[in-house]
Formats: sequence, C-alpha cells, structure tokens
Amino acid sequence: MEATIEISGLRKRFGPTVALDGISFRVAPGQVTGFVGPNGAGKSTTMRVILGLDAADEGAALVDGQPYAALRHPLSHVGSLLDAGALHPTRSARNHLLWLAHSQGLPARRVDQVLEDAGLQAVARRKAGGFSLGMRQRLGIAAALLGDPAILILDEPFNGLDPDGIVWARGFLRSLAVQGRAVLVSSHLMSELQDAATHLVVIGRGRLLADTSVAELIAAASDGRVSLRTTARSQAATVLASAGATVAVTGSDTMTVSGLAPERIVALLTESALPFSEVSAHRATLEEGYMELTRDQVEYRPTGLGELER
Amino acid sequence: MTTPAPYRSEQPVGRDGFAQLVRAEFTKFRTVRAWVLTLGVAALLMVGFAWLTSPHVGVCVVGPESRPICSTPSVPPVPVGPGGEPVVDTFSFLRKPMIGNGSLTVEVTSLTDAVASGNGNNLGPVDQVLNPTHTDLVPWAKAGLIITQSTVQGAPYAAVMVTPSHGVRMQYDYTDDVAGLPGTVTRSSPRWLRLRRVGDVITSYDSLDATHWTKIGAANLAGLPRTVQIGLFVTSPEDNAGTTDSSASLATATFGRVRLVGDPPNSGWSGQVVGPNPESYFTLPTGRNWFKQSDGTFTVTGSGDIAPQVSGGALQGAGETTGLLASGTFGLVPVIVLATLFITSEYRRRLIRTTLIASPRRGRVLTAKAVVIGAVTFVTACIATAIAEAVSRHVLTANGNYLFPLRTLAEIRVILGTGLLFAVAAIGILGLATVLRRSAGAVATGIVLFVLPFIIGANPSSSAADWLMRVTPIAAFAVQGTLPHFAQVSDAYTWSNGYYPFGPWVGFAVLCAYAAVAFGAAMWWIQRRDV
Repeated sequence: MEATIEISGLRKRFGPTVALDGISFRVAPGQVTGFVGPNGAGKSTTMRVILGLDAADEGAALVDGQPYAALRHPLSHVGSLLDAGALHPTRSARNHLLWLAHSQGLPARRVDQVLEDAGLQAVARRKAGGFSLGMRQRLGIAAALLGDPAILILDEPFNGLDPDGIVWARGFLRSLAVQGRAVLVSSHLMSELQDAATHLVVIGRGRLLADTSVAELIAAASDGRVSLRTTARSQAATVLASAGATVAVTGSDTMTVSGLAPERIVALLTESALPFSEVSAHRATLEEGYMELTRDQVEYRPTGLGELER
Repeated sequence: MTTPAPYRSEQPVGRDGFAQLVRAEFTKFRTVRAWVLTLGVAALLMVGFAWLTSPHVGVCVVGPESRPICSTPSVPPVPVGPGGEPVVDTFSFLRKPMIGNGSLTVEVTSLTDAVASGNGNNLGPVDQVLNPTHTDLVPWAKAGLIITQSTVQGAPYAAVMVTPSHGVRMQYDYTDDVAGLPGTVTRSSPRWLRLRRVGDVITSYDSLDATHWTKIGAANLAGLPRTVQIGLFVTSPEDNAGTTDSSASLATATFGRVRLVGDPPNSGWSGQVVGPNPESYFTLPTGRNWFKQSDGTFTVTGSGDIAPQVSGGALQGAGETTGLLASGTFGLVPVIVLATLFITSEYRRRLIRTTLIASPRRGRVLTAKAVVIGAVTFVTACIATAIAEAVSRHVLTANGNYLFPLRTLAEIRVILGTGLLFAVAAIGILGLATVLRRSAGAVATGIVLFVLPFIIGANPSSSAADWLMRVTPIAAFAVQGTLPHFAQVSDAYTWSNGYYPFGPWVGFAVLCAYAAVAFGAAMWWIQRRDV
C-alpha cells in the first residue's frame, strides 16, 4: 500500500476559537509537501491530530489507511518532529534516542546510525539540555528517522537553523522524497520551502486555501505580468498607467506591469522616447504567490511581514 | 514530473509489546542521573532515620526506695513461656506441693484493688501504692487457683480465676484464655472455683453455689511432672488504661472454704511472691505479711501478672517499630518527588508528546511507567528496610533495650511489605501527578497524605493518631507491625507503643484503595485529554 496521509473534513475548536474548520488534503509519497500558513493558521493542530495527540471534533486523519493510534509500530510508519525542545535537559542525545528505540523494540545500533546520519556522533553523549536549537532540530530529525518510516511529519524544522543548516535541511528533505517517502513539512515562511517543496498545502484560519503543486502556484501568480527595467521609472509609470495598466514598483529601476501585453508596453515606451533595458514575462516567486493567497488570512501580522527577505 | 516509487524500509520491524514499553520507561528512568540519586537519597534517609529515632538510651524504672534502675548494655533476662514468647510471671502464691492427681476447690468472696499514682516506666513508689490515689479496679487483676510446674518464672501452668471486669477465666501457658461465668465477685455473690489434675490434663470449673458446676475448659500440659505446686494466687497488672499513664496496682482477694483433695493431704500452706522482677514490675516490699489466714479464710495481696508480654508497658519493645515507621515516612518524601517528576517532567517539556507518539496506546504507557516506578521503589525500599531494621535492632540492643523475638516470616513480611508500600505509594503519586500535570500540587498532596499524619500522630497526646492510622494512606505501615497483641492483656495498643489499628494487609489495602483511585483517574484522563 502507498504510504500516505489522508485528512478529511477536520474540525476542531479550542473553547470559542475555531482551530480547524474543515481541512481536507492528502500527502502523497515521493514528494515534499509544504504545509504553509501564517502563525495560528492551524498547522500544528493538524499535525497533532494526525499523530493522535489531539482529538478532532469532526473528520478523520488516516495514516496508511488507519488512525495513528491503531498503528502497531508507529515510528516505522511515521517519523515526526513537532517540538525540538521536547527533551529532558540532563538526558544525553544518545539516551534520548535509546529509549525511543527501546519503545519500538529497535536495537541500539539503529540509534548510532541515525546519530551519524544527523551528524551528531560527536555530541551524542552530551546532555541535550546544552544543545543549541539547531542541534536540537538535528536530534529531532534523527528521532524521526529512527524507525526508517515512509512518512515524515516535520513541524517548522528550519527554526533555529543557521543558513548552512537550512541548506542542509532542504537537501535532506529532497533526498528523503527522492527515496519515495512522503514528507510533510510545515513552515510559516514560504521562503524556507523554496527549492525543497514540490507540493503545497496552504491554510489560513483553519481553512484550506490551496492544495497545489509549486509550479502551478507560481504560474498562477505570474499570470499576465511583465517585468520592466527602466531608468525613467516615474515617467514610464505615468505613461503605462494612463494606457490602463496596473503598475507596481519593485525596485529603483524595476517595476511589474499587468493589464498590458509586452508588445504594447514596448510600443508605448518607444512612442514616449523613454529608455528601457528589459521587458520580460514576470516569473513570480513562491513568496508572492503565497502572499497573494494569504493576504486576508493573516491573523497576527507582525509589522514588516511584507518585507520578508528572499 | 516523475514520482519515485513509494519508500519501503528494509529495516526489520521491532517487537511492539508491553515489555518494550517497560524497557523504554526504564531506560528513561536510569538515564536521568538525578532520579537514580534520588532513590539513593531515599535509602539513606530510611537508614538514617531508623538510626536516629531508635532510642539511644536504655529503659529506666523506679525501683524500691525510689531508686532508678536502668538496664545495662546487657539485656535483662525476660522470662520466656513454654511457647518461647516473652512473658510476665509475677504473683503472690499461697502454695503447697501436690503429688499425682487431685483437685482444689475454693470460694472467692472479694477482690479489691489499689492503684498507685505514677506514670510510664516509672512505677509509683511503694508508699503511693500503699496510699492509693484511687481504688478503681484494674480490669485484668486476677485471683484464683493455679497448678504450676514450678515457681520459676515462665513455668507451664493452668489457672482458674476471677477478674474485676472479665468474669471468671481459665488461663494456661500464658497465651491461652477461656471465658467462664460473667460478673463481678462480691460478698453477696461469691464465685466457686475448682481446678483438677488428671495426668497431664488440668480441667477447670466454676459455680455460683458450690452445687451446680460448669466446666470452663481443659489444658493439656504435656510433660507435667508428678509433683506440682498447687494453691491460691493473686496478682494485679499495671493500670494501662490511658495511653501515657501506667500505674502499679495491688489486688487483695479473700478466699474461703479451701478444700484440697490430693496427696499429701495435710501439708501446710506457704506464701511466696513468685518472680518479682524489679526491671519491670512493682516489687512487693519484704517485711510485711502478704498472706493472712484466720478461721479458714485466706487473704492474699499481690501485684504483677501472669500473661504474655506486650509492648508499651513494662517493656519498651516499640523502639524498633517506631524507628522503622519514621524511616519509612521520611524515605517516602524523595519517592513522592521522584514519582511525580517521572511524569510531570514530561508534561513540562512536552516530552509526553514524543512518548505518546512512540506509543499511542496511552493506557499501556502509563501502566509501563507504573511498573517501572513501582519496581525501582520496591527494590530500594526492601533493601533500605532490611538495613534500617538491622540498624534499629543494633541500636536498641546495644543500649540495653529488650527486643521482642521476631519470627523470620514476620521479618520477611516487614521488609517486603514496606517495599510494596513504597511501590504502591509511588504508583498512586504517579497517578495523581498525571491528573494534575504539575509537580508542586502532586508533591504537596503526597506530603500532606503521607508525612503530615505521621507528624500529627507522633505527638503522644494526640487522640487523632489511631484515627489517622485508619483513614490515611499511612495505614499501610501496619505491614511493619510485629508486636504481639492479646485481648487478655490490657494495654495501650497504640501507635506510639508500636501497634497499628489494622492488621498488616488490611492497612495495606487502605493504601491500595487510595492508589487505585488516583491511578484509575489518571488512566481515565490520559486517554481523553489532548496533549
């Protein structure tokens, strides 16, 4: 049977707050599925429901066709990382993995193997309480891999990783998908998923906003837009706007134009004798596509969220 | 876009049983050094408190002429009865030898008593007994007939007697007691008593009118010699009605129409105070006549008892028990903390999620935790109790205290019972901590339930002690009770004297009930609550 996660019609309330409002999606094997949404959108709650920690009020979450609680060797089906800080501070990294291995009847050599895979051999016998967040994330990933599962569920695994670590993690996630595993990775920062996820599930305020491949999302966001590079930015904007276009300035000498075909733009600029060095079909970033989807869904928008760096 | 084939692990799947969960929980336990050290602290506290709370001084009593007599490092000899048990054997005996079979009949017309002021181990001086503060009858004062092998303390015997509060009794070999006619003796309502020997069998009878006789019982004193001592006796134990006061008493009885059928028929009576033991009992001063005879009526005065020894009176055998009780109570404190942290540390760091993701069958997880915390505390408490018991006995013996003989079976029960007490207490606290999910509340409740009753009850003036020992979880400390308890010996069978209101396993069941409620609630909650 294909290793999958299937979620249908999940609803859950915490008191007056609706956390999940009818979420349905499926996580397929062989790809990294990004699970994205602003903070508070319901990503972690969904993951806890999948893993049997929280009970949904309605709907079902099935792992390999069964509720998680019915799995015989759960860690051999699903590896998960919910909270890298969930460690006993004085227990060593190796001992943390050892009790997990014992709970599944796995041998100690499997512990040493995943420690090596996560690059933690050198600190294996140190107390986990002294670990940096990045090291804890690696330890959490090692724990997720302990049972060599075909499904991985990782909640914000990039948190606390340094740039090198993020690059390592992206490559690592891709390699897991290439092996045929189903990987569900949540993030509130779409940029982190760039070059890692091939499929996206986007939620906001407990509702599903999009369930699409990355390629489709970018195509939709790019649709009908033209990138223009010109030194006469303000004159060009005036000319194009008076011709009925919508203009968005994106840099000191760049802008995005929608509502006009590229040929028409070239003609208008030439007529007005305005210089330009580039007119091209715009290719949206993942970020832009995401921002468009979640524009109205952000519950806690910190100032400057729109200025997210690429 | 091509998707790779779904992943198939080549790693063999491990076993997924309860044993694996127990192993995982044990790995969790042993890999936090502070927890293992806490067990060590519990063991040290247990041994330390046993040493500290065992009396480091010997027992002192006030002897003749108000001089204190203190036991020396050599334990004073305590008479031992035919069954090997320690006994009291002190009484005034108006006797004559009897060869072969025969019988003795008498009419008891009065029994009066005088109680001295005084308390505890310090029996009142002679003058106080002779000038009594009150004349309440001591319930188990005794006056009647006795056939005994000899006048050596601890000798086999059979006796029939009147008592102030328990009617006529037949008693033999210290521990056996059979009831006869009820009621109190007065001049207008005397009691007739008869004791008959045939071979090794001694039979007793009582009557209100010397015409209608009732058999009370028969004692088979195997190996009784051909010549025995037969006669009238009077004795009166300490007045131990209160929990703290015990006072010497003197009983005086009047006997009439004494008729001996036996051999030799015409030898005279001789009075003897048998086995005065200045270490424990009030000693009748010499130079007075405790045996009076006129017109066939005998008046005998005596003090003492013919009975099995119990704790709390003349003997301070309770030291060991109180040492173990303090040892267990204070050893429980780190165990309460440990059992709490075993689960609340997981809630605090959300590690409980990892645990329940690895083993979604939550009831099994909690049960595995209970098995582990129960097992480690059981082993620790058994070892520490065995050491604490040896330490306690050593301290007591070295300071000249008397120790009741402890049967191997009872000793094993004390050790394993204390181990079980710790295990069940730890499991109950684990349950409570699972429900509360907070350390502070669980530890505080544990200490209120287990330590507070001990502190309240340890105050001897507290009347709540007995009640606390019944309704709080520390009722389980009854598993440490080893002191003998006899209905025919009136004593303060109290906590401070080393007695528990319940038998060992009834007391243990009280704790089990508490633990079952806490653990049951935890099982219910953990399966229904989001984590």
